[in-house]
Amino acid sequence: MKPRQKKFVFIAVAVAALALVVGLVLNALENNVSLYFTPTQVFNNEAPHGRSFRIGGLVQEGSVKREADGLTVNFVITDKHKSIPVVFKGILPDLFTEGKGVVAQGRVEADGVMRADEVLAKHDENYMAPEAADALKKAETANAAAATPASAPAAPAAK
Amino acid sequence: MIPEIGHFALIVALFLACCLGVLPIIGAARDNAVLMGAARPLAYGQFVFLSIAFVCLTYAFVANDFSVLYVAQHSNSQLPAIYKVSAVWGGHEGSLLLWSFLLAGWILAVALFSRHLPGEMVARVLGVMGLVSVGFLLFMLLTSNPFERLLPAAADGRDLNPLLQDPGLVIHPPMLYMGYVGFSVAFAFAIAALLGGRMDATWARWSRPWTTVAWVFMTGGIAIGSWWAYYELGWGGWWFWDPVENASFMPWLIGTALIHSLAVTEKRGAFKSWTVLLAIAAFSLSLMGTFLVRSGVLTSVHSFAADPKRGIFILSFLVVVIGASLLLFAWRAPKIGLGGKFDLLSREALLLSNNVLLSVAAASVFIGTLYPLFMDALGQGKLSVGPPYFEAVFVPLMVPMVLMMGLGPLARWKKFSAPELAKRIRWAFASAVLIALLLPLTMGEWSAMVALGLLLAFWIIASTMLSLRERLAGRGSFMQRARGQPLSYYGMQSAHLGVAIFIIGVTLVNGYETERDVRMEVGDTLREGGYEFRFNGATEIEGPNYMAAKGHMTVSKKGKLVTELYPEKRQYNASGMPMTEAAIDTGWLGDLYVSLGEPIPDSNGAWAVRVYIKPFVDWIWAGCLLMALGGVLAISDRRYRLHRKAGAVKRGAQDKIGMGNILATEGKQS
Repeated sequence: MKPRQKKFVFIAVAVAALALVVGLVLNALENNVSLYFTPTQVFNNEAPHGRSFRIGGLVQEGSVKREADGLTVNFVITDKHKSIPVVFKGILPDLFTEGKGVVAQGRVEADGVMRADEVLAKHDENYMAPEAADALKKAETANAAAATPASAPAAPAAK
Repeated sequence: MIPEIGHFALIVALFLACCLGVLPIIGAARDNAVLMGAARPLAYGQFVFLSIAFVCLTYAFVANDFSVLYVAQHSNSQLPAIYKVSAVWGGHEGSLLLWSFLLAGWILAVALFSRHLPGEMVARVLGVMGLVSVGFLLFMLLTSNPFERLLPAAADGRDLNPLLQDPGLVIHPPMLYMGYVGFSVAFAFAIAALLGGRMDATWARWSRPWTTVAWVFMTGGIAIGSWWAYYELGWGGWWFWDPVENASFMPWLIGTALIHSLAVTEKRGAFKSWTVLLAIAAFSLSLMGTFLVRSGVLTSVHSFAADPKRGIFILSFLVVVIGASLLLFAWRAPKIGLGGKFDLLSREALLLSNNVLLSVAAASVFIGTLYPLFMDALGQGKLSVGPPYFEAVFVPLMVPMVLMMGLGPLARWKKFSAPELAKRIRWAFASAVLIALLLPLTMGEWSAMVALGLLLAFWIIASTMLSLRERLAGRGSFMQRARGQPLSYYGMQSAHLGVAIFIIGVTLVNGYETERDVRMEVGDTLREGGYEFRFNGATEIEGPNYMAAKGHMTVSKKGKLVTELYPEKRQYNASGMPMTEAAIDTGWLGDLYVSLGEPIPDSNGAWAVRVYIKPFVDWIWAGCLLMALGGVLAISDRRYRLHRKAGAVKRGAQDKIGMGNILATEGKQS
């Protein structure tokens, strides 16, 4: 091969490889990104149906109930305005506690209950997962905008 | 008083670092021997004062001085002594101090072991490292002073995060930091070469051992971190593609590319610009990793807003370092040139392809790690990129890389003939294919992914064997020939075998692990993978700074006792944080892993229990150990010591004849 041909082959191979990699990355991103939603957003039907997503908030006080098999747990994630019930089968993380921040990943079925495949609680007592903190803040501002007292959890969200 | 001494020492160290960053570089530019000569004493002085600062902070921890804010936040009077010392780097401020202290140590090492280098090279390298040190010390003094007082003093500290109270975490951060900081040496050498406008094989030989040492530390640090996550988090996973892990993995990938690229620059004089670029990238990613992990930016963009001073400093520091070095690169790289020519079919081409693949892999990790951050910053909503993304991208990139990795050491420099190479490797490749197809049948279910993983692993092993055979067969006794090979050759083969062992571990644990979450009453037995796990209940025990429930599990196989496991569920007194301590029976062929979930209410002592069987999981870390060992062998190579002496003599004339000499002396090895 002449040097010019060689150069051409090299560039062609490089471009093809680059295209392949970009395709690979975009495709993988497309399929594996999970979006976060707040309980209020899920309540307002803004979350996708039939697709897995994440929901962040607090574990509502007094909502954690175990079924007889000892592994299936029912609890409620709340942003202090709207709440979404969650079912999870398995062992919960160490820091999962009522009244503390939590993130659950799963699908919401037609009955409005999330079937979680994964429940996350972060590694520090004082620390709240940013998604959980964000959910609380959003619900707070939405309600303040509607001029409803923040202490009335039953008040409709301003949307 | 002691904390104030530490604070003062930091200020003196900053002053010395400023001098170190300015005077020798000006000296090198003006050919002023006095200014250049100041580099070494300044380096010694800086190390002394940072040691004082470090000792002061350690003393504050050991002496329970809760009038120091950082100590009050990260320690407790009940904390065992060893963890009081490791608590020094348990938080943001102390980690920065450790970073600066280690950097001063590396600067000291360069100052001590560079007697054979030309004076202006030493001056520039030390100067650049001094500038980096200025950045860190300024950051610490302006935004994150570890010696800040808390008045009135706290009665007792808030305790170290229980997750960090573990032997693994005593050594993991210092090792990882040694790696991060070590890449600053490679970076400084690259910048010095750009400043001097001269870069040849001797330059590559100088910076090579430093880069390899940093890489060894980094490999060890990441492996220990992964091992710690495995036994401490109680989930049985060894890698989570967590942003914090990715932050250390990216510089490792680029660092791996860098040590290979440096090898080519040294032996063939090729890839010059590419090597410089990799050195800049490796260090920039190290910087980013340190900052992003410790400042908490990765967990949320909002921590920028929470402490805008820190965030702005970090951003500007990164911009200055990366921007200035890239500008310098754009300006001076044409002067350095591309280096030697090579054919499309040559060892250089194989190494270059693998370099590119490693860089692309690092870029894909970068995208996956920072994408959520960018989207959030742009107000596009919160999202997370899960492990499936990384796996989907990584496997297709690593398959061609590993295949070429086996070919690399067998192929000739400059140009090889494809048919000839194919003839040499056919039996090695055929045997790898055969093993990969048959071995899964003996392990259980046959699956394509397991076969692919084993093919890659056994291809590396077979090609290593082939290379050893070609080198060691022939005239003379076997021992003579074995001793005749340079240590760096064995280092390379050891590291490559490490990759093979690592792949075997990953493949088999992913393919054949079993995980069961079950409810177990006292006396219940669980059958899994041929073992019987009998749960004998849990009892209350009291530790030095925690209370715990300690479970008792007897494991037997066909009626014979295998082992007894004692998993714990702890509750730490000071922080009230719960912690799962898994119990693991480690073996060559796999681990038995048991951890306690939670007690089941309204039952007779029943617990939710995790029982995992992890075949070959320890091979993952054994592989990393072999890779690190390979690095150690490579730097112990005789030629670094020989050429050091020789280099001092022919310093003046090395520009032209240096290259030829090296090729002549090292042609034998390749």
